[in-house]
Parts: sequence; C-alpha cells; structure tokens
Amino acid sequence: MYAQMVKTAGSGVKDRDEMSEQEQDFQDRIDRGEKIEPKDWMPDNYRITLIRQIGQHAHSEVVGQLPEGNWITRAPTLERKAILLAKVQDEAGHGLYLYGAAETLGVSRDEITEDLLAGRMKYSSIFNYPTLNWADMGAVGWLVDGAAIINQVALQRTSYGPYARAMVRICKEESFHARQGYHIMMKMASGTPEQKAMAQDALNRLWYPVLMMFGPSDKESVHTAQSMAWKIKMDTNDELRQKFVDQTVQQIEYLGLELPDPNIKWNDETKQYDYSDPDWTEFFDVIKGNGPCNVDRMAARNKAWDDGKWVRDGLMAHAEKKAAAKVAAQ
Amino acid sequence: MKHEWPLWEIFIRGQHGMSHRHVGSLHAPDAEMAIKNARDVYTRRNEGVSIWVVEAVNVSASSPEDKGAFYEPSNSKVYRHPTFFDIPDEVGSM
Ligand SMILES: [Fe+2]
Ligand SMILES: [Fe+2]
Repeated sequence: MYAQMVKTAGSGVKDRDEMSEQEQDFQDRIDRGEKIEPKDWMPDNYRITLIRQIGQHAHSEVVGQLPEGNWITRAPTLERKAILLAKVQDEAGHGLYLYGAAETLGVSRDEITEDLLAGRMKYSSIFNYPTLNWADMGAVGWLVDGAAIINQVALQRTSYGPYARAMVRICKEESFHARQGYHIMMKMASGTPEQKAMAQDALNRLWYPVLMMFGPSDKESVHTAQSMAWKIKMDTNDELRQKFVDQTVQQIEYLGLELPDPNIKWNDETKQYDYSDPDWTEFFDVIKGNGPCNVDRMAARNKAWDDGKWVRDGLMAHAEKKAAAKVAAQ
Repeated sequence: MKHEWPLWEIFIRGQHGMSHRHVGSLHAPDAEMAIKNARDVYTRRNEGVSIWVVEAVNVSASSPEDKGAFYEPSNSKVYRHPTFFDIPDEVGSM
C-alpha cells in the first residue's frame, strides 16, 4: 500500500498480563473504539510505529507526484492537462495532511523528509515503475489510486485521531482521481485499435505492480498482529488485495479489455475471484532499491529539496526581518 | 543553517454560517504566507470563505490527564438539560 511492510516496533502482541496498567487502559480505549489524541499517553512502540507508517504514507503521496507530473506538459488536450494538474496538486496536499499528522507524534517534517532523502525511510514500491505513455495516466488514476482508496477507506477508522482525520479528507478527494483515470481508459479503449492496444498494454504492465501495493502475503507479514490490535492496520494485506481484484474485474470487462491474468476466475465456493500472485522476488527487489525508477525518483526528490533551500531560507530570513522591524516600531 | 518554517494551525469558516473550524496545520515562514498556503491546501473545493491562522506554539490546551476531574462539575447537573423536566402534553410545544 502507500505504507508497505511497516515494521511494527516491539516484539509482537503483548498478552494482557504482560501489560502495565497504563498499557491495559490504553488497549481498552482502543477496543472501545475511542480515538487516541496527540497529548494522550501512548506506548512508545505505538508512537514509533505510527511515525514510520504515516511518514511512509506521506512520502508516497509526494513521490507519487513524479510519475504523473511527467505527463502534465504532454497531456493530449488542455482540459486533460488541467485535470491532471489538479490531481497532482491534490497529492501534494495529501502529503501535507499526513506530514501534519506525523508531526503531532513529535517528529518534524524536515526530519522525516531528510530520512526519506537519505534512504532511511521508504515510499510505496509502485512509484518505482515508469509511466511510458498517456494510457499510463489512465491506468495509474484508475488502478493505483483505486488500490489506495481501498486501504485509505479502511484507515478512516484507525485509532489515532489525526491520522483518521487526514484519511477522511483524503478519501473525499480520491474518487476524483480514480474516476478521471478510468475516464481516460474509457476514451482510449473505445478509440482506434492502436489506442485500445495502448490501454491494454498499460493495464497489463501495471497490474502486478498494483497488486504488490498491498504488501506481501499474510503468511509473510510478521508484524501484522500488533498493528491490528492497535488499530493502525485495519485489514490484512490479502484481504485488501482480494477486495481490489473483486471490484476491478468488472471494470476491466466494461472497458472491453482482456484480463491481465489468465488465472482470474470466479470461484463459486469462496464467492470471490481467484487470481495469480505477483512475483514477490520482484517486489522485494524493488523495495531494496532495484526497481526501474528508484534512482531517478530519489534523485528528483533530492534535487527539489536542494534547489529549494535558498527559497526556504530566504523567506524565513525575510519573515524574521519583518518581525524584528515590527517589534522595533512598537 | 538549520531553520524550519514554523507550524501554523489553520481554521476555516465555510459558507453556511458555521464558526471557524480547525482543519489541520501547515508550515509557513509568516502569517501572510500561512494564509496563502492554507488557501491552496484547504480550500481547493470551495470549503471556505474565511481563514484564520495561529502559530502552533501560541495554542494553549487543556491537559488530557485531568479529563475526568476537569469536566466532572457538569456531570452532576442533569437539570441543565431540557429533558430533565416532564411537561404534560396538554401544554403544547415548549
Ligand atoms: Fe493521494
Ligand atoms: Fe490520489
């Protein structure tokens, strides 16, 4: 997802008799569905895990602007260009809401930004894949944002108040993203044979990387249990992935495109679709930094940060000078 | 030089006569920029017609520890609620 394989701090779920009284009260509040707010007492591991998770989520929103930003200047019409620009601008906002939520846990935005730039923090694996042509703008909005929505809708119920509120804002804006993408796909799938082939190609290329967004299979997700007890993870990776496949199949069929995986079949017993797992070796390789675009993405973020330094410093210096002049005049 | 822009809390009033509501926070070098950034971040879909910004360090808050005792005085005063009083139906709406 936008936060994948977030390492849960601590050594797994504690039994009730291993918990201090304070920890028991905390867990009771979560079990009752109460929100935890910034100034409330919380276990250190809860705080640390949330900083990792929200930070990674925020970084994904920001890095996620790059593959789409790539096509703003080459959109086929002025209207599509304006729409894509608005979509990418929303993602900057999503990053900002999430950095704001992370900061309530006692880190600064600059600190975790520097963690990202130094490679100490990650962003979603999906953004390490290239966007090769305009059809990818359709597939990304439809599938990538579509997958993100499934995760983010669930996270609206997360136990940490500022995170939950950020998710509510984000979810309100996301369906525009998915719809504008699907709309591009509709247009291309009903266009010339060449356009339809581009749409099919984009779907085929992005399908497995999108399935990987939900993270490794439940059998391999070691830290899920504690994060679920804390309600900072609401469903397992496989549950969310299944939900995504189930809702997407009919959308593919409506477009008149072929399914990207020959093993996708309705299963009458489980009442859901069977499908092939992505290649998990590829996933772990991309996470390690060896995806097609990891180096480019980090270089672009580092350049933006370095090139913007004089602006950040200059505006701050100006604000301080103005404030000093105001004090002197009083 | 390590100098992060300060944090501002953002309050927005929507069109329908409600009071300003806290919507989130952002970093900006000064109040003027904070208002402009808040316009871009928090009112992209006509969410508001008025923005307040307050530097986060200037917000004082009640402490969560004494949540119980602090709000206790109002717990025992059920008569402050209109439903405390039984008024016969014959009286009409009140
Ligand atoms: Fe987003
Ligand atoms: Fe989005």
